[in-house]
Amino acid sequence: MEPIVKEEAQKEIDRFAGTPVYVHLETTNGAYASHFNAKAHNVGAFIRNANVTYEHGKIISTGGGYRVGLKLELGWVYAEGLTDYEVDEQNRLLMAGHDEQGRLMVALEISETPFAHEADHHE
Amino acid sequence: MSKRVIVIFPHPDDETFGAGGTIASLVEEGAHVTYWCGTLGEMGRNMGNPVFANRETLSSHRKRELEEAVSVLGIDVVHLGYRDKTIEFEPLEEMVTHLRTKLEEERPDLVLTHYPGYAVHPDHDALGRAAVEAVKEMEEPPELWLHAISNDSEKDLGEPAITRDISDYWDTKWKAIRTHLSQADGMVDLLNREDQLERMKTERFYTGDQLR
Repeated sequence: MEPIVKEEAQKEIDRFAGTPVYVHLETTNGAYASHFNAKAHNVGAFIRNANVTYEHGKIISTGGGYRVGLKLELGWVYAEGLTDYEVDEQNRLLMAGHDEQGRLMVALEISETPFAHEADHHE
Repeated sequence: MSKRVIVIFPHPDDETFGAGGTIASLVEEGAHVTYWCGTLGEMGRNMGNPVFANRETLSSHRKRELEEAVSVLGIDVVHLGYRDKTIEFEPLEEMVTHLRTKLEEERPDLVLTHYPGYAVHPDHDALGRAAVEAVKEMEEPPELWLHAISNDSEKDLGEPAITRDISDYWDTKWKAIRTHLSQADGMVDLLNREDQLERMKTERFYTGDQLR
């Protein structure tokens, strides 16, 4: 992944607008947050292969990272804290936010085909 | 016949971090050890530091890293095919049957897994619970060693019956830790804390009769 270039990412978001896509959306602070800090709460959510069509999407710079919102007919897809992105060899748009130790905090991925973890293909 | 040991944990690296020294010592004692790895750790948040994996490729990295780790430890690996972060939502009965059927084929002398309810990560607790139930259902149950992680385990459960000083196998364990490159940084950070390093050189397990 590379640091997000806003204009490039916007072009990629536009590319998927108006067609049915699969979305992976995720946030996590890890399974050990409250193990190492009794005052912390483990927080996480993911949805994998949500099949949606968005009318349009927009990426906004926040200085330290980016927010992305995708407008659906009946709702929204939203992610904050994105820092890095890539278009992979399957032409999917992968975006993620990493902390200073490279740990994933948030991910938003868009694909025309359902997501399968890479190792699934060679099992 | 050599001692047959099955290690049942959910993620690539649990075997090394939690029991690497014990596994290496059992292998040196002549045991035939197989790691039944529950998932590919595909939902892990460590992506390498600097980042080299992403959510879609992480599974491949971790599978490859595990292959190197088991080669360092001198054991085999079998993938159970569950999904990272979702084990607790699988029907327990189905998992118990799955594991019991496989265990009855292998007839191990010892099963090493997580202590259910005291293993912090939901996948650890869920797979540990299924493994314990599977062993209980067997006609000739193997010995059980249970790895507890949670801070309150000793308060609730007392001292683990088995304490293994693995200093002699530390080099092997360290080498295996380093093979888990995408995950190692979080671990290595931990090891920079002296108390944690000493803790890693002792591996402790509760036994089946300490279950409650």
